[in-house]
Amino acid sequence: MTEAAPVFREPLPTVAQSAMPPPPAETLIYRTKLPVRLWHWTNAITIFIMLMSGMMIFNAHPHLYWGKFGANPDYQWLWIGHIGTRGFTRLFGVEFNTTGFLGFAGGVAMPFPPILTIPTTYSLADARLWHFFFAWVLVVPGLLFALWALVTKHLWRDIVPKAKELAPGHLLHDTKEHALLRFPTGEAARHYNVLQKLAYCVVLFVLLPGIVLTGLTMSPYMDAAWPWLLTLFGGRQTARSIHFILATGFAGFIFVHLAAVVAAGPFNEIRSIITGWYRLPQPKLKGARK
Amino acid sequence: MSLISRRAALVGVGASSLLLAGCDKIVQSPTVRRTIGLGEKATMTTQRLIADRNALAPEFAASDRSPVFRTNGNVMPTSAEYQALMTGQFADWKLKVDGMVTNPMTLSLAQMRSAPQRRQTTRHDCVEGWSAIGEWTGVPLGLLLKTAQLSSNARYVVFHCADTTSGVPYYESIDLVDAFHPQTILAHTLNGEALSVGHGAPLRLRVERALGYKQAKYVMRVEAVASLDGIHGGKGGYWEDGAGYQWYAGI
Repeated sequence: MTEAAPVFREPLPTVAQSAMPPPPAETLIYRTKLPVRLWHWTNAITIFIMLMSGMMIFNAHPHLYWGKFGANPDYQWLWIGHIGTRGFTRLFGVEFNTTGFLGFAGGVAMPFPPILTIPTTYSLADARLWHFFFAWVLVVPGLLFALWALVTKHLWRDIVPKAKELAPGHLLHDTKEHALLRFPTGEAARHYNVLQKLAYCVVLFVLLPGIVLTGLTMSPYMDAAWPWLLTLFGGRQTARSIHFILATGFAGFIFVHLAAVVAAGPFNEIRSIITGWYRLPQPKLKGARK
Repeated sequence: MSLISRRAALVGVGASSLLLAGCDKIVQSPTVRRTIGLGEKATMTTQRLIADRNALAPEFAASDRSPVFRTNGNVMPTSAEYQALMTGQFADWKLKVDGMVTNPMTLSLAQMRSAPQRRQTTRHDCVEGWSAIGEWTGVPLGLLLKTAQLSSNARYVVFHCADTTSGVPYYESIDLVDAFHPQTILAHTLNGEALSVGHGAPLRLRVERALGYKQAKYVMRVEAVASLDGIHGGKGGYWEDGAGYQWYAGI
Protein backbone atom coordinates (compact mmCIF):
# COMPACT_ATOMS: atom_id res chain seq x y z
CA MET A 1 0.00 0.00 0.00
CA THR A 2 2.40 2.69 -1.17
CA GLU A 3 0.70 4.40 -4.07
CA ALA A 4 2.39 7.69 -3.35
CA ALA A 5 1.23 10.62 -5.41
CA PRO A 6 3.43 13.65 -5.01
CA VAL A 7 1.63 16.90 -5.60
CA PHE A 8 2.40 20.58 -5.29
CA ARG A 9 5.93 20.40 -6.58
CA GLU A 10 6.45 24.08 -6.02
CA PRO A 11 9.88 25.56 -5.43
CA LEU A 12 10.78 25.02 -1.86
CA PRO A 13 11.28 28.03 0.34
CA THR A 14 14.91 28.88 0.68
CA VAL A 15 14.96 29.98 4.25
CA ALA A 16 17.90 28.00 5.35
CA GLN A 17 20.56 27.52 2.73
CA SER A 18 22.94 26.19 5.28
CA ALA A 19 23.40 22.58 6.39
CA MET A 20 19.69 22.05 6.91
CA PRO A 21 18.07 19.44 4.61
CA PRO A 22 15.26 20.83 2.50
CA PRO A 23 11.81 19.97 3.81
CA PRO A 24 10.21 17.17 1.78
CA ALA A 25 7.49 17.88 -0.74
CA GLU A 26 3.98 17.63 0.55
CA THR A 27 2.77 14.19 -0.35
CA LEU A 28 -0.71 12.81 -0.81
CA ILE A 29 -0.85 9.09 -0.23
CA TYR A 30 -3.72 6.68 -0.79
CA ARG A 31 -3.97 5.49 2.79
CA THR A 32 -7.54 4.34 3.48
CA LYS A 33 -8.85 1.55 1.28
CA LEU A 34 -12.42 1.41 0.05
CA PRO A 35 -13.67 -1.39 2.37
CA VAL A 36 -12.34 0.52 5.39
CA ARG A 37 -14.10 3.69 4.28
CA LEU A 38 -17.39 1.94 3.49
CA TRP A 39 -17.37 0.11 6.79
CA HIS A 40 -16.42 3.25 8.67
CA TRP A 41 -19.40 5.22 7.36
CA THR A 42 -21.82 2.32 7.80
CA ASN A 43 -20.68 2.09 11.39
CA ALA A 44 -20.71 5.85 11.90
CA ILE A 45 -24.47 5.80 11.32
CA THR A 46 -25.14 2.42 12.92
CA ILE A 47 -23.32 3.09 16.18
CA PHE A 48 -25.28 6.24 16.90
CA ILE A 49 -28.59 4.51 16.21
CA MET A 50 -27.54 1.56 18.38
CA LEU A 51 -26.45 3.79 21.27
CA MET A 52 -29.56 5.97 21.07
CA SER A 53 -32.09 3.15 20.73
CA GLY A 54 -30.11 1.25 23.36
CA MET A 55 -30.56 4.11 25.79
CA MET A 56 -34.32 4.01 25.18
CA ILE A 57 -34.32 0.26 25.86
CA PHE A 58 -32.39 0.93 29.07
CA ASN A 59 -35.03 3.52 30.00
CA ALA A 60 -37.59 0.70 30.16
CA HIS A 61 -35.75 -0.75 33.16
CA PRO A 62 -33.01 1.61 34.34
CA HIS A 63 -31.38 -0.85 36.75
CA LEU A 64 -28.35 -3.08 36.24
CA TYR A 65 -27.50 -6.29 38.08
CA TRP A 66 -24.88 -9.03 38.26
CA GLY A 67 -25.58 -12.74 37.89
CA LYS A 68 -28.13 -15.08 36.41
CA PHE A 69 -31.21 -13.11 37.46
CA GLY A 70 -31.96 -9.55 38.52
CA ALA A 71 -35.18 -7.62 39.06
CA ASN A 72 -36.37 -4.76 41.25
CA PRO A 73 -36.08 -6.63 44.59
CA ASP A 74 -32.47 -7.66 43.87
CA TYR A 75 -29.18 -5.77 44.38
CA GLN A 76 -28.58 -3.18 41.63
CA TRP A 77 -25.15 -1.77 40.97
CA LEU A 78 -26.57 0.99 38.79
CA TRP A 79 -29.88 2.78 38.95
CA ILE A 80 -30.82 5.96 37.12
CA GLY A 81 -34.07 7.38 38.44
CA HIS A 82 -35.86 10.40 39.81
CA ILE A 83 -37.70 11.53 42.90
CA GLY A 84 -40.07 14.32 41.93
CA THR A 85 -38.03 16.70 39.78
CA ARG A 86 -34.67 15.53 41.09
CA GLY A 87 -32.77 13.15 38.85
CA PHE A 88 -30.26 10.78 40.42
CA THR A 89 -27.76 8.15 39.43
CA ARG A 90 -26.98 5.55 42.06
CA LEU A 91 -23.71 3.78 41.38
CA PHE A 92 -22.68 0.95 43.74
CA GLY A 93 -24.94 2.44 46.39
CA VAL A 94 -23.51 5.97 46.09
CA GLU A 95 -26.07 8.48 44.91
CA PHE A 96 -25.20 11.37 42.60
CA ASN A 97 -27.52 14.25 41.80
CA THR A 98 -27.77 14.21 38.00
CA THR A 99 -30.75 16.53 37.59
CA GLY A 100 -30.62 18.23 34.20
CA PHE A 101 -28.86 15.31 32.56
CA LEU A 102 -29.86 11.86 33.87
CA GLY A 103 -33.09 10.88 35.60
CA PHE A 104 -34.81 14.23 35.21
CA ALA A 105 -33.96 16.81 32.55
CA GLY A 106 -35.81 19.53 30.68
CA GLY A 107 -39.00 18.87 32.60
CA VAL A 108 -39.03 15.20 31.58
CA ALA A 109 -38.59 12.29 33.97
CA MET A 110 -36.52 9.83 31.92
CA PRO A 111 -33.32 7.99 32.86
CA PHE A 112 -31.63 9.00 29.59
CA PRO A 113 -33.07 12.32 28.33
CA PRO A 114 -35.10 12.52 25.08
CA ILE A 115 -32.27 14.29 23.25
CA LEU A 116 -30.20 11.09 23.51
CA THR A 117 -32.83 8.47 22.68
CA ILE A 118 -34.56 6.96 19.63
CA PRO A 119 -37.43 7.62 19.61
CA THR A 120 -37.57 10.78 21.73
CA THR A 121 -40.74 9.83 23.60
CA TYR A 122 -40.96 6.60 25.52
CA SER A 123 -41.42 3.60 23.26
CA LEU A 124 -39.66 0.37 24.09
CA ALA A 125 -41.36 -1.32 21.11
CA ASP A 126 -39.98 1.22 18.60
CA ALA A 127 -36.54 1.31 20.19
CA ARG A 128 -36.39 -2.48 19.84
CA LEU A 129 -37.28 -2.23 16.14
CA TRP A 130 -34.40 0.19 15.57
CA HIS A 131 -31.95 -1.68 17.74
CA PHE A 132 -32.58 -5.09 16.20
CA PHE A 133 -32.60 -3.85 12.60
CA PHE A 134 -29.30 -2.01 13.01
CA ALA A 135 -27.87 -4.93 14.96
CA TRP A 136 -27.89 -6.71 11.59
CA VAL A 137 -26.29 -3.68 9.94
CA LEU A 138 -23.57 -3.88 12.57
CA VAL A 139 -23.02 -7.63 12.34
CA VAL A 140 -23.29 -8.51 8.63
CA PRO A 141 -20.95 -5.82 7.21
CA GLY A 142 -18.77 -6.43 10.28
CA LEU A 143 -18.31 -10.08 9.36
CA LEU A 144 -17.66 -9.17 5.71
CA PHE A 145 -15.09 -6.62 6.84
CA ALA A 146 -13.44 -9.15 9.16
CA LEU A 147 -13.19 -11.60 6.27
CA TRP A 148 -11.66 -8.93 4.00
CA ALA A 149 -9.25 -7.78 6.70
CA LEU A 150 -8.06 -11.34 7.29
CA VAL A 151 -7.74 -12.32 3.62
CA THR A 152 -5.90 -9.14 2.57
CA LYS A 153 -3.84 -9.18 5.80
CA HIS A 154 -5.01 -5.58 6.46
CA LEU A 155 -5.42 -6.63 10.07
CA TRP A 156 -1.77 -7.68 10.52
CA ARG A 157 -0.23 -5.06 8.28
CA ASP A 158 -2.14 -1.99 9.43
CA ILE A 159 -3.97 -2.63 12.71
CA VAL A 160 -2.14 -5.07 14.99
CA PRO A 161 0.89 -3.28 16.51
CA LYS A 162 4.35 -4.60 15.68
CA ALA A 163 6.44 -5.96 18.53
CA LYS A 164 8.83 -3.02 18.42
CA GLU A 165 5.93 -0.57 18.63
CA LEU A 166 4.88 -2.21 21.87
CA ALA A 167 8.28 -1.73 23.50
CA PRO A 168 7.76 0.31 26.68
CA GLY A 169 10.08 3.07 25.47
CA HIS A 170 8.20 3.50 22.21
CA LEU A 171 4.80 3.37 23.92
CA LEU A 172 5.89 5.94 26.49
CA HIS A 173 7.30 8.24 23.81
CA ASP A 174 4.14 8.05 21.68
CA THR A 175 1.92 8.63 24.70
CA LYS A 176 3.90 11.76 25.60
CA GLU A 177 3.75 13.06 22.05
CA HIS A 178 0.00 12.44 21.96
CA ALA A 179 -0.54 14.20 25.26
CA LEU A 180 1.25 17.21 23.78
CA LEU A 181 -0.95 16.90 20.67
CA ARG A 182 2.13 16.24 18.54
CA PHE A 183 1.20 13.67 15.93
CA PRO A 184 3.50 11.69 13.64
CA THR A 185 4.69 13.49 10.53
CA GLY A 186 6.39 12.55 7.28
CA GLU A 187 7.12 8.88 6.70
CA ALA A 188 5.91 7.92 10.17
CA ALA A 189 2.45 9.18 9.24
CA ARG A 190 2.11 6.63 6.44
CA HIS A 191 0.85 4.16 9.00
CA TYR A 192 -1.38 4.33 12.03
CA ASN A 193 0.60 5.11 15.17
CA VAL A 194 0.73 2.62 18.00
CA LEU A 195 -1.89 4.30 20.21
CA GLN A 196 -4.23 4.51 17.26
CA LYS A 197 -3.60 0.83 16.49
CA LEU A 198 -4.26 -0.12 20.11
CA ALA A 199 -7.49 1.88 20.13
CA TYR A 200 -8.65 0.13 16.94
CA CYS A 201 -7.63 -3.23 18.41
CA VAL A 202 -9.75 -2.57 21.49
CA VAL A 203 -12.71 -1.75 19.24
CA LEU A 204 -12.19 -4.71 16.91
CA PHE A 205 -11.25 -7.39 19.43
CA VAL A 206 -13.01 -6.30 22.63
CA LEU A 207 -15.86 -3.85 22.09
CA LEU A 208 -17.37 -5.25 18.88
CA PRO A 209 -17.32 -8.99 19.64
CA GLY A 210 -18.20 -8.25 23.26
CA ILE A 211 -21.21 -6.10 22.49
CA VAL A 212 -22.58 -8.58 19.93
CA LEU A 213 -22.08 -11.63 22.14
CA THR A 214 -23.50 -9.99 25.29
CA GLY A 215 -26.43 -8.84 23.14
CA LEU A 216 -27.04 -12.41 22.00
CA THR A 217 -26.74 -13.65 25.60
CA MET A 218 -29.75 -11.54 26.49
CA SER A 219 -31.83 -13.51 23.97
CA PRO A 220 -33.69 -16.38 25.63
CA TYR A 221 -33.83 -18.14 22.25
CA MET A 222 -30.05 -17.84 21.74
CA ASP A 223 -29.42 -19.05 25.31
CA ALA A 224 -31.23 -22.25 24.32
CA ALA A 225 -29.30 -22.52 21.04
CA TRP A 226 -25.89 -21.57 22.44
CA PRO A 227 -25.89 -22.18 26.22
CA TRP A 228 -22.12 -21.48 26.31
CA LEU A 229 -22.97 -17.78 26.02
CA LEU A 230 -24.27 -17.81 29.59
CA THR A 231 -21.20 -19.67 30.82
CA LEU A 232 -18.93 -17.20 29.04
CA PHE A 233 -20.48 -14.11 30.62
CA GLY A 234 -21.73 -15.53 33.91
CA GLY A 235 -25.46 -15.11 33.44
CA ARG A 236 -27.93 -12.99 31.55
CA GLN A 237 -27.93 -10.02 33.91
CA THR A 238 -24.13 -9.89 34.00
CA ALA A 239 -24.22 -9.96 30.19
CA ARG A 240 -26.69 -7.08 30.25
CA SER A 241 -24.38 -5.09 32.54
CA ILE A 242 -21.34 -5.83 30.34
CA HIS A 243 -23.38 -4.83 27.27
CA PHE A 244 -24.03 -1.46 28.92
CA ILE A 245 -20.36 -1.03 29.94
CA LEU A 246 -19.14 -1.87 26.42
CA ALA A 247 -21.67 0.60 24.98
CA THR A 248 -20.17 3.22 27.29
CA GLY A 249 -16.78 2.15 25.90
CA PHE A 250 -18.04 2.82 22.37
CA ALA A 251 -19.26 6.26 23.44
CA GLY A 252 -15.83 6.94 24.94
CA PHE A 253 -14.08 5.72 21.79
CA ILE A 254 -16.23 8.00 19.61
CA PHE A 255 -15.42 10.97 21.82
CA VAL A 256 -11.65 10.36 21.73
CA HIS A 257 -11.79 9.48 18.02
CA LEU A 258 -13.53 12.76 17.12
CA ALA A 259 -11.24 14.78 19.40
CA ALA A 260 -8.23 13.20 17.69
CA VAL A 261 -9.65 14.09 14.25
CA VAL A 262 -9.99 17.71 15.33
CA ALA A 263 -6.54 17.81 16.91
CA ALA A 264 -4.79 16.08 14.00
CA GLY A 265 -6.35 18.30 11.32
CA PRO A 266 -9.99 17.66 10.49
CA PHE A 267 -9.75 18.49 6.76
CA ASN A 268 -7.01 16.02 6.03
CA GLU A 269 -8.49 13.33 8.26
CA ILE A 270 -12.01 13.63 6.87
CA ARG A 271 -10.71 13.69 3.29
CA SER A 272 -8.82 10.47 3.92
CA ILE A 273 -11.88 8.67 5.33
CA ILE A 274 -14.03 9.87 2.40
CA THR A 275 -11.63 9.65 -0.56
CA GLY A 276 -8.83 7.56 0.87
CA TRP A 277 -6.20 10.25 0.11
CA TYR A 278 -4.20 11.53 3.03
CA ARG A 279 -1.63 14.29 3.07
CA LEU A 280 1.47 13.32 5.00
CA PRO A 281 1.89 16.08 7.56
CA GLN A 282 5.21 17.96 7.23
CA PRO A 283 7.65 17.65 10.06
CA LYS A 284 8.11 20.96 11.84
CA LEU A 285 11.78 21.68 11.33
CA LYS A 286 13.60 23.31 14.16
CA GLY A 287 14.89 26.70 13.10
CA ALA A 288 12.85 26.72 9.92
CA ARG A 289 10.91 29.55 11.41
CA LYS A 290 12.66 32.80 12.06
CA MET B 1 -25.85 35.30 30.64
CA SER B 2 -24.72 37.63 27.89
CA LEU B 3 -26.91 38.40 24.91
CA ILE B 4 -24.74 36.42 22.51
CA SER B 5 -24.60 33.32 24.61
CA ARG B 6 -28.33 33.55 25.22
CA ARG B 7 -28.91 33.79 21.50
CA ALA B 8 -26.54 30.88 20.93
CA ALA B 9 -28.41 28.88 23.54
CA LEU B 10 -31.75 29.66 21.90
CA VAL B 11 -30.40 28.69 18.49
CA GLY B 12 -29.02 25.50 20.02
CA VAL B 13 -32.34 24.60 21.64
CA GLY B 14 -34.21 25.45 18.43
CA ALA B 15 -31.86 23.42 16.26
CA SER B 16 -31.95 20.43 18.54
CA SER B 17 -35.74 20.41 18.80
CA LEU B 18 -35.93 20.65 15.00
CA LEU B 19 -33.52 17.75 14.79
CA LEU B 20 -35.57 15.76 17.30
CA ALA B 21 -38.80 16.50 15.46
CA GLY B 22 -37.11 15.42 12.23
CA CYS B 23 -35.89 12.20 13.80
CA ASP B 24 -39.34 11.39 15.15
CA LYS B 25 -40.85 12.03 11.73
CA ILE B 26 -38.46 9.45 10.29
CA VAL B 27 -39.23 7.05 13.12
CA GLN B 28 -42.97 7.31 12.50
CA SER B 29 -42.88 6.96 8.71
CA PRO B 30 -44.69 3.72 7.69
CA THR B 31 -42.04 2.89 5.08
CA VAL B 32 -39.27 3.23 7.64
CA ARG B 33 -41.21 1.11 10.13
CA ARG B 34 -41.76 -1.59 7.53
CA THR B 35 -38.08 -1.57 6.65
CA ILE B 36 -36.73 -1.74 10.17
CA GLY B 37 -39.33 -4.43 10.92
CA LEU B 38 -37.32 -6.65 8.56
CA GLY B 39 -34.72 -6.93 11.33
CA GLU B 40 -37.20 -8.93 13.41
CA LYS B 41 -37.97 -11.23 10.46
CA ALA B 42 -34.26 -11.78 9.85
CA THR B 43 -33.80 -12.59 13.54
CA MET B 44 -36.62 -15.11 13.57
CA THR B 45 -35.51 -16.81 10.35
CA THR B 46 -31.88 -17.01 11.49
CA GLN B 47 -32.64 -18.21 15.00
CA ARG B 48 -35.03 -20.87 13.76
CA LEU B 49 -32.35 -21.94 11.27
CA ILE B 50 -29.42 -22.22 13.62
CA ALA B 51 -31.19 -23.58 16.70
CA ASP B 52 -32.52 -27.09 17.02
CA ARG B 53 -36.29 -26.73 17.23
CA ASN B 54 -36.22 -28.63 20.51
CA ALA B 55 -33.13 -26.93 21.97
CA LEU B 56 -33.90 -26.48 25.65
CA ALA B 57 -33.77 -23.19 27.49
CA PRO B 58 -31.23 -23.41 30.33
CA GLU B 59 -32.61 -24.99 33.50
CA PHE B 60 -31.25 -23.90 36.84
CA ALA B 61 -30.64 -25.37 40.30
CA ALA B 62 -33.07 -24.67 43.12
CA SER B 63 -30.36 -22.48 44.70
CA ASP B 64 -30.41 -20.20 41.63
CA ARG B 65 -34.02 -19.14 42.18
CA SER B 66 -34.79 -15.46 42.70
CA PRO B 67 -35.49 -14.77 46.39
CA VAL B 68 -38.51 -12.75 45.30
CA PHE B 69 -40.17 -13.47 41.95
CA ARG B 70 -41.73 -10.13 41.10
CA THR B 71 -45.06 -9.89 39.28
CA ASN B 72 -45.72 -7.80 36.23
CA GLY B 73 -48.57 -6.58 34.01
CA ASN B 74 -52.06 -7.25 35.29
CA VAL B 75 -52.01 -8.71 38.77
CA MET B 76 -55.76 -8.91 39.49
CA PRO B 77 -58.32 -9.57 36.74
CA THR B 78 -61.40 -7.53 37.52
CA SER B 79 -64.17 -9.35 35.63
CA ALA B 80 -67.06 -10.69 37.72
CA GLU B 81 -66.51 -14.12 36.19
CA TYR B 82 -62.88 -14.26 37.31
CA GLN B 83 -63.68 -12.82 40.73
CA ALA B 84 -66.27 -15.54 41.28
CA LEU B 85 -63.82 -18.26 40.20
CA MET B 86 -61.18 -16.83 42.51
CA THR B 87 -63.59 -16.77 45.45
CA GLY B 88 -64.30 -20.43 44.80
CA GLN B 89 -60.54 -21.16 44.74
CA PHE B 90 -60.90 -22.04 41.07
CA ALA B 91 -62.90 -25.20 41.84
CA ASP B 92 -65.33 -24.21 39.08
CA TRP B 93 -62.61 -23.04 36.72
CA LYS B 94 -62.42 -24.86 33.39
CA LEU B 95 -59.84 -24.68 30.62
CA LYS B 96 -61.27 -24.92 27.12
CA VAL B 97 -59.15 -26.49 24.37
CA ASP B 98 -60.84 -25.92 21.04
CA GLY B 99 -60.56 -24.41 17.58
CA MET B 100 -58.98 -26.59 14.91
CA VAL B 101 -58.99 -29.81 16.92
CA THR B 102 -60.97 -33.00 16.33
CA ASN B 103 -61.58 -33.55 20.02
CA PRO B 104 -62.34 -30.30 21.87
CA MET B 105 -61.83 -30.60 25.64
CA THR B 106 -62.83 -28.90 28.85
CA LEU B 107 -60.44 -29.51 31.72
CA SER B 108 -60.75 -28.73 35.41
CA LEU B 109 -57.83 -27.62 37.55
CA ALA B 110 -57.86 -31.05 39.24
CA GLN B 111 -57.57 -32.72 35.83
CA MET B 112 -54.66 -30.43 34.94
CA ARG B 113 -52.94 -31.35 38.19
CA SER B 114 -53.38 -35.07 37.64
CA ALA B 115 -52.21 -35.04 34.02
CA PRO B 116 -48.55 -35.85 33.23
CA GLN B 117 -46.43 -32.97 34.47
CA ARG B 118 -43.17 -31.28 33.66
CA ARG B 119 -41.22 -29.39 36.33
CA GLN B 120 -38.56 -26.89 35.24
CA THR B 121 -36.50 -24.18 36.92
CA THR B 122 -36.17 -21.53 34.25
CA ARG B 123 -35.50 -17.85 33.79
CA HIS B 124 -38.26 -15.40 33.02
CA ASP B 125 -36.99 -12.48 30.90
CA CYS B 126 -39.14 -9.39 30.71
CA VAL B 127 -38.88 -7.37 27.50
CA GLU B 128 -37.93 -4.44 29.73
CA GLY B 129 -34.70 -6.15 30.71
CA TRP B 130 -35.11 -7.81 34.12
CA SER B 131 -34.95 -11.54 34.81
CA ALA B 132 -36.26 -13.81 37.56
CA ILE B 133 -35.68 -17.53 38.07
CA GLY B 134 -38.39 -19.83 39.38
CA GLU B 135 -39.54 -23.43 39.33
CA TRP B 136 -42.65 -24.04 37.25
CA THR B 137 -44.82 -27.15 37.18
CA GLY B 138 -47.45 -27.81 34.58
CA VAL B 139 -48.83 -29.86 31.72
CA PRO B 140 -46.91 -29.92 28.43
CA LEU B 141 -48.96 -28.05 25.86
CA GLY B 142 -47.95 -30.57 23.17
CA LEU B 143 -49.61 -33.32 25.18
CA LEU B 144 -52.90 -31.39 25.37
CA LEU B 145 -52.79 -30.64 21.65
CA LYS B 146 -52.15 -34.29 20.81
CA THR B 147 -54.96 -35.43 23.06
CA ALA B 148 -57.28 -32.90 21.45
CA GLN B 149 -56.08 -34.13 18.03
CA LEU B 150 -54.81 -30.97 16.48
CA SER B 151 -55.82 -30.51 12.85
CA SER B 152 -53.01 -30.65 10.33
CA ASN B 153 -54.20 -27.25 9.04
CA ALA B 154 -53.60 -25.53 12.37
CA ARG B 155 -50.61 -23.16 12.42
CA TYR B 156 -50.92 -21.20 15.67
CA VAL B 157 -52.14 -21.70 19.20
CA VAL B 158 -53.95 -18.75 20.74
CA PHE B 159 -54.26 -18.25 24.50
CA HIS B 160 -57.32 -16.31 25.62
CA CYS B 161 -56.95 -14.81 29.08
CA ALA B 162 -59.22 -13.58 31.86
CA ASP B 163 -57.46 -10.24 32.35
CA THR B 164 -58.23 -7.03 30.54
CA THR B 165 -56.54 -3.63 30.38
CA SER B 166 -58.98 -0.73 29.94
CA GLY B 167 -61.50 -3.26 28.69
CA VAL B 168 -59.15 -4.81 26.11
CA PRO B 169 -58.65 -8.52 26.76
CA TYR B 170 -55.17 -10.00 27.04
CA TYR B 171 -54.29 -12.77 24.65
CA GLU B 172 -51.17 -14.23 23.12
CA SER B 173 -50.23 -16.72 20.41
CA ILE B 174 -47.33 -18.97 19.48
CA ASP B 175 -46.61 -21.13 16.44
CA LEU B 176 -46.38 -24.90 16.45
CA VAL B 177 -42.58 -24.96 16.86
CA ASP B 178 -43.00 -23.35 20.27
CA ALA B 179 -46.30 -25.11 21.02
CA PHE B 180 -44.68 -28.56 20.76
CA HIS B 181 -41.40 -27.54 22.41
CA PRO B 182 -40.83 -29.86 25.41
CA GLN B 183 -40.56 -26.92 27.85
CA THR B 184 -43.79 -25.26 26.71
CA ILE B 185 -46.19 -25.97 29.55
CA LEU B 186 -49.40 -24.66 31.04
CA ALA B 187 -48.19 -24.07 34.58
CA HIS B 188 -50.32 -24.18 37.72
CA THR B 189 -47.46 -24.17 40.26
CA LEU B 190 -44.58 -21.77 40.94
CA ASN B 191 -41.84 -22.72 43.41
CA GLY B 192 -43.94 -25.59 44.76
CA GLU B 193 -47.04 -23.52 45.46
CA ALA B 194 -50.24 -23.01 43.52
CA LEU B 195 -49.88 -19.96 41.26
CA SER B 196 -50.75 -16.78 43.09
CA VAL B 197 -53.26 -14.43 41.47
CA GLY B 198 -50.42 -11.99 40.76
CA HIS B 199 -48.60 -14.66 38.78
CA GLY B 200 -51.65 -15.71 36.75
CA ALA B 201 -53.75 -18.12 38.84
CA PRO B 202 -54.86 -20.68 38.19
CA LEU B 203 -52.97 -21.35 34.93
CA ARG B 204 -50.41 -19.54 32.83
CA LEU B 205 -48.33 -20.29 29.77
CA ARG B 206 -44.59 -20.88 30.00
CA VAL B 207 -42.85 -20.75 26.64
CA GLU B 208 -39.28 -20.71 27.81
CA ARG B 209 -37.43 -19.38 24.78
CA ALA B 210 -39.58 -16.28 24.55
CA LEU B 211 -39.83 -12.96 26.39
CA GLY B 212 -42.23 -12.22 29.23
CA TYR B 213 -45.16 -10.79 27.30
CA LYS B 214 -45.58 -14.12 25.49
CA GLN B 215 -46.09 -15.88 28.87
CA ALA B 216 -49.87 -15.34 29.03
CA LYS B 217 -51.37 -15.39 32.53
CA TYR B 218 -54.97 -16.30 33.55
CA VAL B 219 -55.33 -18.66 30.56
CA MET B 220 -59.00 -19.62 30.08
CA ARG B 221 -59.02 -21.00 26.59
CA VAL B 222 -56.50 -22.57 24.20
CA GLU B 223 -57.59 -22.17 20.60
CA ALA B 224 -55.90 -23.75 17.58
CA VAL B 225 -56.11 -21.62 14.45
CA ALA B 226 -54.80 -21.55 10.88
CA SER B 227 -54.22 -17.80 10.89
CA LEU B 228 -54.08 -14.94 13.37
CA ASP B 229 -56.16 -12.69 11.10
CA GLY B 230 -59.46 -11.74 12.65
CA ILE B 231 -58.43 -12.56 16.20
CA HIS B 232 -58.67 -9.28 18.11
CA GLY B 233 -56.30 -6.87 16.31
CA GLY B 234 -54.87 -9.64 14.14
CA LYS B 235 -51.27 -9.25 15.24
CA GLY B 236 -51.24 -12.21 17.58
CA GLY B 237 -51.26 -10.62 21.00
CA TYR B 238 -52.34 -7.81 23.29
CA TRP B 239 -49.01 -5.96 23.14
CA GLU B 240 -48.60 -6.68 19.45
CA ASP B 241 -52.01 -5.17 18.63
CA GLY B 242 -51.89 -2.20 20.94
CA ALA B 243 -48.31 -1.06 21.39
CA GLY B 244 -46.32 -2.13 18.34
CA TYR B 245 -44.45 -4.98 20.02
CA GLN B 246 -43.28 -7.75 17.72
CA TRP B 247 -45.00 -11.13 17.62
CA TYR B 248 -41.74 -13.12 17.60
CA ALA B 249 -40.33 -11.00 20.43
CA GLY B 250 -36.79 -11.76 19.31
CA ILE B 251 -33.46 -10.52 20.60
